[in-house]
This record gives sequence, structure tokens and C-alpha cells, in this order.
Amino acid sequence: MSDLNLNQNIDKPDDFYADLLSAHEGLSKAESDAFNARLILVLANHIGDREVIKDALEAAKI
Amino acid sequence: MLDDRYKLAFEAYPYERNSDQDADTPVRHPVVIMGGGPVGVATALDLGRQGIRAIVLDDHEGVGMGSRAICFAKRSLEIADRYGCGDPMLDKGVVWNVGKVFYEDRKVFEFNLLPEDGHKFPAFLNMQQPYFEQFMIERARELQAEGMPIELRGKNRVDGVVVKDDHVVLTVMTPEGPYTIEVDWLIGADGANSPLRGMMGLEFEGRVFEDNFLIADIKMKGDKSFPTERWFWFEPPFKSGSSTLLHKQPDDVWRIDFQLGWEIDRKEELKEENIRVRLDAMLGPEIEYEMVWSSIYTFQCKRMDRFREGRVIFAGDAAHQVSPFGARGANSGMQDVDNLGWKLGLVVQGKSPESLLDSYDSERVFGAEENIMNSTRSTDFITPKSEISKIFRNAVLNLSEKHAFARPLVNSGRLSVPCVYDGGVLNSSDDLHGGPDRTRPGAPCPDAPVGSGFLMAKLGDDFVVLAINADVPGMLEEAGITARVVSISTEDDSNGALADRYLGDAKSAVYLIRPDQHVATRMGAYDGMKLRSALRRATGQEV
Ligand SMILES: Cc1cc2nc3c(=O)[nH]c(=O)nc-3n(C[C@H](O)[C@H](O)[C@H](O)COP(=O)(O)OP(=O)(O)OC[C@H]3O[C@@H](n4cnc5c(N)ncnc54)[C@H](O)[C@@H]3O)c2cc1C
Repeated sequence: MSDLNLNQNIDKPDDFYADLLSAHEGLSKAESDAFNARLILVLANHIGDREVIKDALEAAKI
Repeated sequence: MLDDRYKLAFEAYPYERNSDQDADTPVRHPVVIMGGGPVGVATALDLGRQGIRAIVLDDHEGVGMGSRAICFAKRSLEIADRYGCGDPMLDKGVVWNVGKVFYEDRKVFEFNLLPEDGHKFPAFLNMQQPYFEQFMIERARELQAEGMPIELRGKNRVDGVVVKDDHVVLTVMTPEGPYTIEVDWLIGADGANSPLRGMMGLEFEGRVFEDNFLIADIKMKGDKSFPTERWFWFEPPFKSGSSTLLHKQPDDVWRIDFQLGWEIDRKEELKEENIRVRLDAMLGPEIEYEMVWSSIYTFQCKRMDRFREGRVIFAGDAAHQVSPFGARGANSGMQDVDNLGWKLGLVVQGKSPESLLDSYDSERVFGAEENIMNSTRSTDFITPKSEISKIFRNAVLNLSEKHAFARPLVNSGRLSVPCVYDGGVLNSSDDLHGGPDRTRPGAPCPDAPVGSGFLMAKLGDDFVVLAINADVPGMLEEAGITARVVSISTEDDSNGALADRYLGDAKSAVYLIRPDQHVATRMGAYDGMKLRSALRRATGQEV
């Protein structure tokens, strides 16, 4: 079991951020919301570890 | 004065005058059950078979029209089998394994329940509730004929209760006027609207779901056959509701459930021509059918704070209610009976202290909580309550079409499984190293083939010491209670199911199993001291 990593973990952060925004390009607000929901589900499944996910849910509250 | 509140599917216990009506002073009975629905009748079967006089009072003369429950879970069937009426259910019911999930205009995926081998009963059996009740009532009649003390009194409506410290006084209305009886124990199995709860001023709080569901049971005509599958549509394109469920029952009858929303005109929606518009839109114009039954229901998830109030014990819908998604109503009611029957039996026979019945309360409240949680989660998925929950729901459905990971998130009802009484007050320790998780103390025993029969048939009714590849000196007796020994060698275990379910990594095992087939304790080899103390604990004699 690993802890939630809140340090920088993505190589080339600017590129990642651009990818994220471009995925939303041309989408309506509703489509973007739906896309985000699907993305969260895909990523959460990849993480799998429920403790890490719970920590992520906490961390996202700011 | 004693008018029927609903139409009968069939008459089962016509009114007959009984001797209590002619007694000068109120007669005292050990147990009276208020309500002759599935839970009330099952309670009478359980107690009657223990030789305890059980009288059922119902305000009607038989089983209500309309199917209501259709999905009966393995555990309910195993309980019914113990009472001696599992086989007719198996003959009548329809087994289904394939489910299909649709979203908008397309099928997103299908699943197979992939039933585990080596059980007498399937995971689920579909049949109209009146059949389920009929088979139990027929069994009660058989037992009566054999001299077991079961009595079913139709058109006997409980109109008044006075609860005393050590008994309850009942005023019972009949077509020939009222009579009074006294009972040591009163079982409230009088359904969701429980007049008993009302008479006792007990609270029944919970969550009301603002939605109406239209159910139509239809009989298909002509030769177009529909498969024996469960179909669930989220947001169907035929605009007949925001979700729709299609399920098969015996006699070529299909259950269709339309979610209608909150603001509806009930009377309008229930007109046959309007129901047909919805059905035609869904089935297509070429399908011919006959309407068997229809109804609109709303539901709530709630439970009583406590299921035992001194000499009054609540069971079934009277004690708790859930949404129909997941088939946890009648099925959990049967587990209440299973849990209550043997405990009340021991208390009535003076073998256990009354406090044993508090474990009925704690175990079944735990069960009700689990059922309410599961059915609330299903309901929140089927009818999302906020914009964001709908966004996530639809995201899951869309992903489920392509990606396997999303399919387990689709929740159109998690079908009823019996609960494990983890941490239950009657459990003793788990001393079977490497033993399977599914048979830990508190768990219901899973069935397994043994020789040419099944394990379940060898358990039940009383306490059992189940010895697998282990020597046991003979039956166990402690504080007036005996536990029968069932000895099995894995040589009788042709497909390894028994070892898989009861041994795990262990070479041998000794289990103490309660009369409701839940595990009290387990260990690797016979230990008389431990078993005795577990037996005392499980019968409420040691806390
Ligand atoms: C649409 C629908 C679908 C369902 N599907 C399922 C399913 O698939 N699987 C499942 O397990 N459950 C299902 N259920 C739930 C199931 O029908 C109930 O949980 C079950 O009937 C409860 O049984 P009961 O004996 O507790 O109460 P009831 O069946 O309500 O019986 C109570 C009895 O008490 C009698 N009574 C009431 N007042 C008095 C009085 N004053 N004196 C004497 N008698 C009285 C009543 O007449 C009645 O006969 C469904 C329910 C609905 C509405």
C-alpha cells in the first residue's frame, strides 16, 4: 500500500496541463462535466487502492 | 366492520369460530402472531415444528391479490426447505442467470450471475408472491394434519393491545363480534402499515423516496417468446419512464416496472388504456398480451428503532421497509423469522433467558441496516438525486459499454444475500486457522453437496456440531441444550466444494452451528470446553 503522492509526480507538467485542456476543447459545459466524470472514474479505477482514493477525496477538498 | 382492504388471490384460512370466543375468562396462549403474510405464516411454521403452539391472526381470509414480491433469494428458499416447502417452490419458480443492462437506445452490457455449483437452490427464483405464500400455507395445513400446534385464524383482526410486563392482552374482532385473549408473546408481522406499531405509539422514521413506480404484470399471448432474463433500462428511448425493468415469472407472466417520477396523476396512470400506451411503446405494437395485475407504488427506507418491546416482537415489513430494488423485503423478513424462531422457542421452553431475544433485536437491526444501505444505494443510482450524481451515473453507464471496470459500478439492485452477524453477541471466537472467510462466526452456512444429498438438509432445526475430518466424542450437552453431531469426511466431498467452503487451508474443522444455520464458532479439532462455552453463549446463558 502506498500513500497518496502530493508531490510533483508528472513529468513535463505543462504538457500534461495542455493535454487536459485540449481534451475539453469544443465541448459544451454538459459534455465537459460528463467527460470529467468519466475521467475521474477511469483514474480512480487505475489507482484502485481505496485508502489512497479516500485520501485523494480529502486532498481535493483543499 | 370487517371489510376486506384488498382483493384475495385465493382463500386460505376462512373464518371459523374458535373456542377462545366462548371462554368465560380470556384464554392465555404462548405465542400469537399478528398478520398472516409470508412472515407471519413462516413464524408459525417455525414455532409449530418445535411443538410450540402458534396462532396466526389475520384480518383477511387468504392471500392478497397481486404479485408484489417476485424474486426469492437462495436463503429464503433454504429456510422454506427446512420448513418442508422448498421443493414445490423449486418446481414452480423460474431460474434466471442472465441480466442485460440498457442505456438510452442501446444495450451497454450483459452479465451472467454464474451461479456457484453445489447448492440445492439457485441464487434466485422468480415466482409470484401468492405462490410463495400458498406453498407455506399448504405446508402449515400438512403439519396441522400431523398434529403440530399451528392455527391460522382468518377474519380475526387485532383491534386492541394492552402490553403488560409479562403478557399482552389482545382484543380481536371477528364477523361474530370481538373476543379477548392473553398471550405470553406477541409477534407483530402485520406489514408495512403495521396497525400494531400505531397502537403502541412507536416511531417509524426513515427516508421517503419521491418517486412513483408503475408495475404491470402481463401475460404474453401468441408465439413471440421473450428470454428468461432480467432487463433493466436506464432512460429508455421509448419514454415510458426514466427506468424500466422487465422480469420473468412463472405462467408466461412478465413483470414490468416503470419509473414515473413524483408529480403524477395516479388514477390516470392506472387506467388500462394508459398502461397499454407505455407497454406498447416498450414492447412494440406486434406483441399481444393480457394484463394480469397493475399497481402504482412508492417506497421508503426505514426501520423501527428496536424490534423488541418487552413481550412484543416485530418482524418483516412491520419492522423495516426497503425499496424493492434488490428484493430485500420478503427475503429479509424470512431471515427475521429464521433468527427469531429458535430463540423464541428456547425462551418459551424455559431453556434460555428472555434476554436471548435481545440478540434478535441486535442481529436483525444489523441486517435491516445493511439492507437499507444497499437498497438506498441502488435507489440513488437508479434515480439520481442531484445533477452531479446523475452526471456520474451516466458516466458509469457510458463507460460500462466499453470498459469492464465500470460494470460492477452499475447498480440496478444488489440482490439480497443473507447478512453475516459480524461482531454479534452470540458469536464465539474464530479458531480455525486458514479457515475460509465466508464461514467465519456469524456467517450463514453455504450449502455444499455431501454424498448424494446436500449439507443444508443435515443442519438446521437444532444446534449442530459439524465435524469435518475430525473425531467428536458424541453429542454435546450443556445447560439443558443438546447439539447434534454431523460428521463428514472429505471423502464424501466429490467436487471439493465442502473443503473449499468449510476448510480452506485447514485439514480438519469443527463448527458449532446455530439452528438458523449461522456459524457460532469454529476450530481445527474438537475442544469440548470451547464448544460448551460457545453453546452457552449462543443460547444467551453467558454474556
Ligand atoms: C412492488 C413490490 C415488489 C416487491 N418485490 C419483492 C421481491 O422481489 N422480493 C422480496 O423479497 N420482496 C419484495 N417485495 C416486498 C414484499 O412484498 C414484502 O416485504 C412482504 O410481503 C412482507 O411480508 P410481511 O408478512 O411482513 O407483510 P405483509 O405481506 O404485508 O402481511 C401482513 C399481513 O398482516 C395482516 N394484517 C394487517 N393488519 C392486521 C390486523 N390489525 N390484524 C390482523 N392482521 C392484520 C394483513 O392483512 C397481511 O395479511 C415487494 C414489494 C412490492 C410492493
